[in-house]
Amino acid sequence: MSIPLEHDYIGLTETSSMERSSEKLSSSSSSTLSTEDVKSSALNLKETELRLGLPGSESPERKVSLFGKDLEDKHNGYSLSPLKNLVSGAKRGFSDAIDGSSGKWAFSMSNGSDVDMGKGAVLFSPRAGNGSGKALGVLEGKSNIQQSSVSATPTLKEAGCVPQSPKPVQDKKPQVPAANEHSSAPAAKTQVVGWPPIRSFRKNTMASNLVKNSDEADGKTGFGCLYVKVSMDGAPYLRKVDLKTYNNYAELSAALEKMFSCFTIGQCSSHGLRGQDGLNESRLKDLLNGSEYVLTYEDKDGDWMLVGDVPWEMFTDSCRRLRIMKGSEAIGLAPRAVEKCKNRN
Amino acid sequence: MNLKRKNPNPDPSSPDSDESTQLSSPFPDEVLERVLSLLNSRKDRNSVSLVCKDWYDAERWSRTHVFIGNCYSVSPEILTRRFPNIRSVTLKGKPRFSDFDLVPPKWGACVHSWLLVFATKYHFLEALRLKRMTVSDESLKFLALSFPNFKALSLLSCDGFSTDGLASITTHCKNLTELDIQENDIDDKSGKWLSCFPENFMSLEVLNFANLNSDVNFEALERLVSWCKSLKVLKVNENITLEQLQRLLVLAPHLREVGTGSLLQELTPRQHSELKSAFSNCKNLNILSGFTEVTSIFLPVLYPACTNLTFLNLSYAVLQSDELSNLLIHCPLLQRLWVLDSVEDEGLEAVGSNCPLLEELRVFPASDPHEDEIVHGVTEIGFLAVSYGCKKLHYVLYFCRRMTNAAVTTIVQNCPDFTHFRLCIMNPRQPDYQTGEPMDEAFGAVVKTCTKLRRLAVSGLLTDLTFEYIGKYAKNLETLSVAFAGSSDWGMECVLKGCPKLRKLEIRDCPFGNAALLSSFRKYESMRSLWMSGCKVTMNGCRLLAQEMPRLNVEVIKECGNDDCQADKLYVYRSVAGPRKDAPPFVLTL
Repeated sequence: MSIPLEHDYIGLTETSSMERSSEKLSSSSSSTLSTEDVKSSALNLKETELRLGLPGSESPERKVSLFGKDLEDKHNGYSLSPLKNLVSGAKRGFSDAIDGSSGKWAFSMSNGSDVDMGKGAVLFSPRAGNGSGKALGVLEGKSNIQQSSVSATPTLKEAGCVPQSPKPVQDKKPQVPAANEHSSAPAAKTQVVGWPPIRSFRKNTMASNLVKNSDEADGKTGFGCLYVKVSMDGAPYLRKVDLKTYNNYAELSAALEKMFSCFTIGQCSSHGLRGQDGLNESRLKDLLNGSEYVLTYEDKDGDWMLVGDVPWEMFTDSCRRLRIMKGSEAIGLAPRAVEKCKNRN
Repeated sequence: MNLKRKNPNPDPSSPDSDESTQLSSPFPDEVLERVLSLLNSRKDRNSVSLVCKDWYDAERWSRTHVFIGNCYSVSPEILTRRFPNIRSVTLKGKPRFSDFDLVPPKWGACVHSWLLVFATKYHFLEALRLKRMTVSDESLKFLALSFPNFKALSLLSCDGFSTDGLASITTHCKNLTELDIQENDIDDKSGKWLSCFPENFMSLEVLNFANLNSDVNFEALERLVSWCKSLKVLKVNENITLEQLQRLLVLAPHLREVGTGSLLQELTPRQHSELKSAFSNCKNLNILSGFTEVTSIFLPVLYPACTNLTFLNLSYAVLQSDELSNLLIHCPLLQRLWVLDSVEDEGLEAVGSNCPLLEELRVFPASDPHEDEIVHGVTEIGFLAVSYGCKKLHYVLYFCRRMTNAAVTTIVQNCPDFTHFRLCIMNPRQPDYQTGEPMDEAFGAVVKTCTKLRRLAVSGLLTDLTFEYIGKYAKNLETLSVAFAGSSDWGMECVLKGCPKLRKLEIRDCPFGNAALLSSFRKYESMRSLWMSGCKVTMNGCRLLAQEMPRLNVEVIKECGNDDCQADKLYVYRSVAGPRKDAPPFVLTL
């Protein structure tokens, strides 16, 4: 859970909480642009940056969070914006939406008044009046319980009712510069229940599929590992290897041999590391060719290549997955492989 | 409605046919019923029933299929009293926003009370199609045991049951032709249900278990497919490998609709060509779906099968633009396409270039915008490209990250025949990204140009002007979905006053309050339902509505932490069954 900070319109926070925010920003998926922005813009554009000012205030104090000074840093998990549906649009100015409040979000509710609060509130930039206001969504608990503090006291004790959100509050990574340009929409993250309107079944399925697909597609490169799938013709299941754990082809081949030895017809293991010192690239091919198998890999372009032709670093960079192919199937892959098979046979 | 049937014994072939009946109508009931039995459209039948009492009677006796759009609008007793000869029932339960977690669990819409009545009154029930209903294993077992002729079960977006319930169905329903389990919240315990089909079971025509994750016994499936010669639809789950799929296709080349299993397998060239030939032997193949975990190596296998494809559902396939493009070249007859936005605008350009017959396009987001940064996705460019190439487009569901008024205006000029226009700009209240203006003119163009529009979903930054346009121009609009839009009560008032055919109105997080709610309260009786959540309606306003309109059910869902004055979630619907008797404590009927 992270602490909601005042994020101004372009995703910057006050310098005082810069470290926290840049940490937060970089830990989320799209850190490249925003971290840079944070660093440079914070220094240069502070004067011109657009902020979520409180209604009626002109230049908000730096320390002001969304809910006024007292509430800064006390949030836990999400900003509890109580205001609902503060619509920008031409007809109503931002401050009109808040009856008689000044410097405070209208937490206090008079009985029967329709100054509403509750979930789903979206905050607008102070430039809402001219219709170009952007919505910076406010976090909401991800389940059915909603409304945090509709009661009069704007304390966070109300938060007890609302479930924890698993996400940091304002995960905003807007990709636009200052808002006085009509630029592409910021990827401002809003945490709103049930939005966008996708069935939970689809959401859950896609979430798990994406993990699998990214595994499949580029080899997971997070955290300094490089897993690629290894399949072997005739073997009933795939294995995965972390290419980063090997330094050269020799180590890779030894590991693969160990992994798949039970599946070969027995020739591979006997050929083994047959008293020859220093395995190199060609040994790898010999090894596997001896058992009628050829080690191939799919590179980033989708082409199947023979393992061992390129320097190791280039190989690990471009290898998406490995396949231990039968020699007969390797026809067309590379002339050398075919010849080798013929020689052996 | 009270029935005063002159002839208490309505059997037209009975010799007791009353002379008085014959006097009152120009031809005997028998003829009238025979003619009316040819009517399938609900609307036609409803019109027929209003002509006169005789026609009403003839219609009710001849109706065999009934569609209930809101299970609380009528009771099973009333239903069975009016329609004695029903064989097929379609029931929809929860409000649509329950799909997006806006309705708390245990809200209701249980099918069991319906089944109890059907067991006595519709003993020969053959088909049950449920959407957003709560179904328990007990209910499924009861269903399987109570209806000897039961043939078709379809469950979409339902919850409350497990694969044990399915096992009851497959065990006991000897005449089952259809088992269609889609996108439900199901407790997936095991795939044993498939093995419960009897040994020589032959009647299955539709089998869809794509959304179930447990392993099924492949031999049982193979046997099933080889015995069921009338099988038309087979959608398998991810655990079925490509090799297994190939064997199934060889057994059932007459399939019209195929849903693939997992596509992750490595294929040898021989396997590749075998699969390709199995697919190309499916001469009747019209619909393809599945495609989870697809790789580009697999796709060419499908090319020969694509020639007759009318519906391609790639909505779970994370494809890139070139992969889609290469596939679509082979799909000239495509009418419906569902894709993920991973194909990006280039992929949609390929759609525009290759699918001139396209009528329906749905583009879903590939990643959860909350979870991942949207670096991919589609924009107005893709939509424009499709509109230039696909002039017959009339149904679109489009999740995008940005849009402009100008683009939408051009799109509807290219495709003026839209009946369903559902645009979701994923950032709430996002304006036209080029001009910074609200998206009012976009939807204004839609309703002005598309006179046949029946369903509309709006998004982006919208003022009351959008709703003025809708009220003024959308004369055929039946369903409207609104979120994070509008400036004041006036917007909603315009819609309520202006759209004569409005049936379903669902609103969330808009600044519409009591004044809007009460502005046209009589309107709600002509509608199926109204949903308002996150708006500015208060309990007092709802009470007033309930007072004025006693034949409406005015329900408020109360959740903890809410202020007592606010009616945070309001659901209003017309009903002849009176207030709910099964409402949970958090649903207040006013």
